[in-house]
Amino acid sequence: MSTLVSVAPAGFNVERIREDFPVLKQTIHGKPLVYLDSAATAQKPHQVVEAIRRFHEVDCANIHRGVHELSQRSTAAYEETRVKARRFINAKKNAEVIFVRGATEAINLVASSWGRKFVKEGDEIIVSALEHHSNIVPWQILCEEKGVKLRVIPMNERGELILEEYEKLLNPRTRMVAVAHVSNALGTINPVREMIAMAHRAGALALIDGAQAAPHMKVDVQALDTDFYAFSGHKVCGPTGVGILYGKSKLLNAMPPYQGGGDMIRTVSFEKTTYNELPYKFEAGTPNIAGGIGLGAALDYVNGIGLDKISAYEHELLVYGTEAISQIPGLRIIGTAREKAAVLSFVIEGIHPHDIGTVLDRQGIAVRTGHHCAQPVMDWFHVPATTRASLAFYNTPAELDALAAGLRKVKEVFA
Amino acid sequence: MVDDLYQEIIIDHSKRPRNFHDMEDANRKAEGYNPLCGDKLKLYLRIEGDMVKDASFVGAGCAISTASASLMTESLKGKSRAEALKLLDRFHELLTTDSPVSQELGKLVVFCGVRDYPARVKCATLAWHTLKSALENKEEPVTTE
Repeated sequence: MSTLVSVAPAGFNVERIREDFPVLKQTIHGKPLVYLDSAATAQKPHQVVEAIRRFHEVDCANIHRGVHELSQRSTAAYEETRVKARRFINAKKNAEVIFVRGATEAINLVASSWGRKFVKEGDEIIVSALEHHSNIVPWQILCEEKGVKLRVIPMNERGELILEEYEKLLNPRTRMVAVAHVSNALGTINPVREMIAMAHRAGALALIDGAQAAPHMKVDVQALDTDFYAFSGHKVCGPTGVGILYGKSKLLNAMPPYQGGGDMIRTVSFEKTTYNELPYKFEAGTPNIAGGIGLGAALDYVNGIGLDKISAYEHELLVYGTEAISQIPGLRIIGTAREKAAVLSFVIEGIHPHDIGTVLDRQGIAVRTGHHCAQPVMDWFHVPATTRASLAFYNTPAELDALAAGLRKVKEVFA
Repeated sequence: MVDDLYQEIIIDHSKRPRNFHDMEDANRKAEGYNPLCGDKLKLYLRIEGDMVKDASFVGAGCAISTASASLMTESLKGKSRAEALKLLDRFHELLTTDSPVSQELGKLVVFCGVRDYPARVKCATLAWHTLKSALENKEEPVTTE
């Protein structure tokens, strides 16, 4: 077994960080929990849990409505998260930051609202071969409704998109390029800055699904010059049910509302309704207020550690983990991109991922098994499913040793 | 540690599934699919009169689903349609309830550990869902979802 090494960058103390995550201090089936499923959802530090508790116990009221003290407090706390989210992705204006349920809803919002108004029969939309279902299906729905063609950027055997092929797909009919910043199933970091520039040269817009990028690297929507960017709160240590859609204000202003209801209107009569300004035009109904406040606490927490340090530490963990599991006979890593986030997707010859997942679980190790909502990726690699260990800044090299030991146990059981 | 689930006979049948082949003279066929894990199987039956004369399967799946299909095909041979359906009910009870283990199950009792692994129940029942569909002569592939 590999020896425990220190991989942390200066000023990064993983043991101290782990103290902030109460959930990590438990045993599963009598073994210490080793949580390696952060790409599905990240664990929550107590600061986030506390912010949500405080809202419910101290400040709870609806927002943007009342003149009373509680409503003003909750409105201020909720809107503060919008400012934090704007800074988190370096958007220009608060009005460009829309609260949604998560990345999935963000993409659906754009496909539905922008798509309804701006695409017509014969147009084309480009996605990539490594997308999550949430960045495929909303576009397919739009394509079916409008007679639009969906085109797919292929990838190579490492799980990297082939930019020469992408260039060939772009043409004057291309309206939108929708691509993941980081692949959830493979870990590939796509060269989105270059891909966005290529889309723009062809006269198309770009939407980046940042669900797997936002927790792991600094995102700057202005430097990327992206038209839309989506991410989920729960993958950045926030609660489930809240996320952010960024859009350039001139695009958002030109788009029709996504859902109708309270808060998104200025005036309503039975003859004519006028809509609220950005960002509220896209925020119908009472939102996930507690979730939004929790997300603010999560962004503070992640910023407190620093995304540069997080990226550096996670990269070291990825290198360490790759080395540790590569020693297992018959194990093949799926997704070996040169630019890669801390995701270890793999198959073991002759052993089904669900059996691997169950035997690991009995040793306290939580991994994801299945198609990871990316069935086209599985088909491409000719595997029905993979086992995926996805890492976060609260994981340790010792946990990766535990994974390797767990996989040896799997081999024993099915020897 | 996981021996309660992966009993020796399950490991054996998953590595060397019995009746694992196509059947040219089958008169009942059905397909099963578990979209959650991608497991797929094709079940073949040859029924004469009211009796299952032969049963076989092909497909790819986890150890639990492969062993379940293998042991199922073994235990079906010589059973009447009514007996096969009754066995299906007993098997389902074994996986999903705390009821005492029925003696009718024979070797199939090795799956009793699955009831402690709720996420794996569908793996064990895929072949049996497919059996039901074959006996009812349904054309559509059956899924566990």
